[in-house]
Amino acid sequence: MARIPSAAPADRFPASGRRSRFPYLLTAILAASVVYSLRAAQVDPRRFFEGDVLANVARFVRGALPPELSREFLGLMLRPALETVQISVMGTAIAVLIGIPLGLLATSSLTWRGVLHERASRAGRWGLGFVPYALARAALSVFRSIPEYVWAFMFVRAVGLGPFPGVLAIGVAYGGMLGKVYSEILESMNPRPLETLHAAGASRLGVVLYGLVPQALPNVVAYTLYRWECAIRASAILGFVGAGGLGQQIELSMRMFQFNEVLTLLAVLFVLVAAVDFASARIRARLA
Amino acid sequence: MYELSGVRKVFADGSVALDGISLTVGRGEHVAFIGPSGAGKTTLFRILNLTLRPTAGRLVFEGQDASGLSDAALRRARTRIGTIYQQQNLVGRLRVVHNVLAGNLGRWSTLEAAASLVRPRSAGQAATALERVGIPEKLYARTDELSGGQQQRVAIARVLVQDPDVLLADEPVSSVDPSLAVTIVSLLRDLSHESQKTLLMNLHSVELALHYFPRVVGIRDGRVRFDLAPEKVSGELLAELYAGDRDEEQALERFQDGKNPFGGACRPLPGFGA
Repeated sequence: MARIPSAAPADRFPASGRRSRFPYLLTAILAASVVYSLRAAQVDPRRFFEGDVLANVARFVRGALPPELSREFLGLMLRPALETVQISVMGTAIAVLIGIPLGLLATSSLTWRGVLHERASRAGRWGLGFVPYALARAALSVFRSIPEYVWAFMFVRAVGLGPFPGVLAIGVAYGGMLGKVYSEILESMNPRPLETLHAAGASRLGVVLYGLVPQALPNVVAYTLYRWECAIRASAILGFVGAGGLGQQIELSMRMFQFNEVLTLLAVLFVLVAAVDFASARIRARLA
Repeated sequence: MYELSGVRKVFADGSVALDGISLTVGRGEHVAFIGPSGAGKTTLFRILNLTLRPTAGRLVFEGQDASGLSDAALRRARTRIGTIYQQQNLVGRLRVVHNVLAGNLGRWSTLEAAASLVRPRSAGQAATALERVGIPEKLYARTDELSGGQQQRVAIARVLVQDPDVLLADEPVSSVDPSLAVTIVSLLRDLSHESQKTLLMNLHSVELALHYFPRVVGIRDGRVRFDLAPEKVSGELLAELYAGDRDEEQALERFQDGKNPFGGACRPLPGFGA
């Protein structure tokens, strides 16, 4: 039997058999940065036991107990609590509306990189691909790198006090986070069904609808629900700059040293977050 | 249908998958491609279905040089080429009906495509296609609940809905058991025969290739080693084609000893006992 010399697979794909030094290097860098930050951030547990720190804590806790449970106060807090939920729902809705289109554009496998684009014309790959991709990525980074608190501050200046600036702040900041994470989810999906649809002549949106959306939906929904939980907490904080909700009440009570009211308000916030957590867990379980 | 001259494909990592393939396939022809794994057969099919761009050489599809096609013309050309892959490449979370109707995506507008996900636009069409591949009862099943063989049938049903002029089947039976392999290969052959489609198939199994195809192309190291009618494919040619590939050599020996894994469905190779 004649043997034709053939290139064994090992020769054709040069194996990276050498042990990489990268893990050790990374561990060293992480350790160094923790040590360095520990000093810079002035982390020092001894401070708890200096002077009257413990006494201050005790006074604060004593001042908060018992929580303010009068019917009048609770009645007054009902509206802000509801408003907090409404702000988070509307804010998350706007964030989704921003996150979906920008997230799709920011998905490189969909816009310019990889097998779906190997045969695309140069114009298609740049003008309709890389340029919108880069712009979407830039917009998403700006949206999420400015904290929602700062966004709220700016929107209060722009549209006045009330829940609306809170909604806008959450919408923009969380839109940036959702878009980024959506694009990461989409890029991690199995590319084979996408290649199949593309090879059969499906348009880009056709590939998204029949290949990406069904694969990514559970992750996308789960992450969006998680962000909604965060939005409840954030909408409470945003009240501090005058963007409505429970936060405004917490800030008011704190400024008047009514710590028993603060305790009640925090308990209400806890109940809201726990309720959203429960609801989203149920939805995710159904979707899996 | 296809004219290839000197087609080369070098991947980004420098590996040479195809090293000068020249080949002409006429309309309505049935051609099997065989060769050891890693020979470049899958890459060749991804070039033939206009997914990959050759590094060098010319690919002419239906009289048009593929490198000169605009994005829109490429998309139109792709709708005329149906591909069935080794892995089924279906979306498991979708119902079968949607995976089958995805064959319409080259025709449907985005709006129609989206609406069909809510309410299937032509469930009847999907049902007919599933009937032809023998699993009509799975229309509304979730795709990931089907067995591997059933999923391969769904992939074939999708290509039926697409109704292309060329059918490329890349190892369509490597993940199913031998009796089903025979069924699927003959099904693909009969379907493309009825509607006069060109059928190109990558096959792991020499037996199936020699039995079901009037033309067999042997590929090794990215080159065409032979391009012959099955009765001209000799034992030496096959031994040469698979030399150095231990699994393949063993399979070939079993085959030459007359132990045909496909049983009576395939005749033995000429010149090899039994």
